[in-house]
Amino acid sequence: MANRVLIPTPLRPYTGQREAVEADGRTVGEVLRNLTTRYADLQRHLYADNGNLRSFVNIYVNDEDIRYLSREDTALRDGDVISIVPSVAGGSGAATTVESAELTNEEVQRYSRHLIMPEVGVEGQKKLKAARVLCIGAGGLGSPAALYLAAAGVGTLGIVDFDAVDASNLQRQILHGTPDVGRSKLQSARDRVTALNPNVRVETFETALTSKNALDLFRDFDVIVDGTDNFATRYLVNDACVILGKPNAYGSIFRFEGQASVFATKGGPCYRCLYPEPPPPGLVPSCAEGGVLGVLPGVIGTIQATEAIKLILGAGEPLIGRLLLYDALRMRFRELKLRRDADCPVCGDHPTVRELIDYDQFCGIAKPAEARVAAAPETESEATVEELKASLDHGEPLLLIDVREPQEWQICRIPGAKLIPLGQVPAHIEELRAESAERPIVVHCKSGVRSDRAVKLLQQAGIMNARNLKGGILAWIDRIDRSLPKY
Amino acid sequence: MTVGCATVIEEEAVDEIRRHAAEAYPHECCGALLERDDVIVEAVPLSNTTIEEATRRFLVSPDEYRYAEKRARERDARLVGFYHSHPDHPARPSQHDLDHAWPNLTYVIVSVAAGTPADITCWRLREDRTAFDRGDLTWRTES
Repeated sequence: MANRVLIPTPLRPYTGQREAVEADGRTVGEVLRNLTTRYADLQRHLYADNGNLRSFVNIYVNDEDIRYLSREDTALRDGDVISIVPSVAGGSGAATTVESAELTNEEVQRYSRHLIMPEVGVEGQKKLKAARVLCIGAGGLGSPAALYLAAAGVGTLGIVDFDAVDASNLQRQILHGTPDVGRSKLQSARDRVTALNPNVRVETFETALTSKNALDLFRDFDVIVDGTDNFATRYLVNDACVILGKPNAYGSIFRFEGQASVFATKGGPCYRCLYPEPPPPGLVPSCAEGGVLGVLPGVIGTIQATEAIKLILGAGEPLIGRLLLYDALRMRFRELKLRRDADCPVCGDHPTVRELIDYDQFCGIAKPAEARVAAAPETESEATVEELKASLDHGEPLLLIDVREPQEWQICRIPGAKLIPLGQVPAHIEELRAESAERPIVVHCKSGVRSDRAVKLLQQAGIMNARNLKGGILAWIDRIDRSLPKY
Repeated sequence: MTVGCATVIEEEAVDEIRRHAAEAYPHECCGALLERDDVIVEAVPLSNTTIEEATRRFLVSPDEYRYAEKRARERDARLVGFYHSHPDHPARPSQHDLDHAWPNLTYVIVSVAAGTPADITCWRLREDRTAFDRGDLTWRTES
């Protein structure tokens, strides 16, 4: 089967100035082999000495880059047109910057397992040394990502976080240790990274990432590693990466499942191409509400670090246009194809979002001031833990419902509470209606989010004397019974 | 004297390259060179899409390359090469330039010293890819 191959200007002298030639082959690789057999001079310009296509040679089948198809194994149909399209690269570099990234003897020893692989080598290790990677968050994903990036010799590691280390972080956030509880995450992150590799320059930013500071923070970095734990910040990271043209090594985790991809590269999809709209607030529980297997961020964060390193080296196939799904319980990886959405409001052909927006609003999260106004008329449907304690102590008639999951119930509970997990509340409406005729209801969960939804469900069913326990069992433990374990 | 290329370029195109280089400083700029009747008549500024440090790297993506070809066709000209700037570095090709070079293209390099465009030089890749040969760049004022 013969296919037409379009030849770019710089290679036409080798094809007798022909703009297009015919070549046989069932796959792209076969066509290119036949082409270089016939026009031998093409070989050294298309292929590097190791036999791989040179990085600045792009092959398209019709309008699709073969990197997004099956590369040189891409099968061809009759009539497919193959285009060879150059990217033109270069730059100063040799004189000062590479010199300043010369490896010391200590570094040669430290990175020797990298240096002996042709895909990294001294040149690649120097690229890593010159690279600047920014980790958003020093938590579950940021921990393994930052540690492996530092170990690999990334020269400058930026870390953004504003939290302090909590005992509940230690099950997965391996940047922090038991003695670090209560310290700033950035301090313990800096200590751990420096102990691992003192050659790494750590730049810490103790701030929440906002629409005001994101562009300034990102501007000086080459790759952004998204280790955020909420939708508003994830959209913010995505949009800032697209606007600045910085690749985003993305990962997210929940319970036993994780996903990873590389977004915001030129021509590749972004997070919004995958998820144009955030889920309604409260629908997808956070790790604090839903839990997470401690080792899970170890897998996903390490994949993010791998992708960041590959992007810096320019090696291998980046996770662009592919969403990697990981299920730890079944121990399975799956891959979904992603495409850039031409109508994407951020990275599409006619973007409507050209600057950073209010992401809390975009994700339907009311600002504290607005929330207060909205909540004001509803204060009657809330109870404080002190009010609950007084009612219980006085033996007032009251039905206390715990809408957490059974495994949370196993950890700690408020005496006298009845367990009805949130998902089962609708099935218990009639029973609760009957109960509510006898006595008022107080609903609680861990922190007050799920119980608020339960109270709304009851109110919609006409049960008006149900109140939400503000702050949930965590507030109860803090202010009433410190003997209970916090989780 | 090496045998490189003898290239004639319109002064307006040179001005455009210098303007673009100064504007992009401290980053590298890049663009396409279009030729008609053996004279470079237009410098087309392109986006520097590198994901490395743009102060010392440039990348003309395949999309930008195709844009340059389209522009050449529209102007009834030929895409013959590319220019880029070397901020605070001499107007000589680097090893990186050599590693990534295409044959049969004219490479114009402009050095930018502390924001001000300085030397402009012209190069072509040797057939065996071992080095660049320097060519002569002659400016012409449009008559």
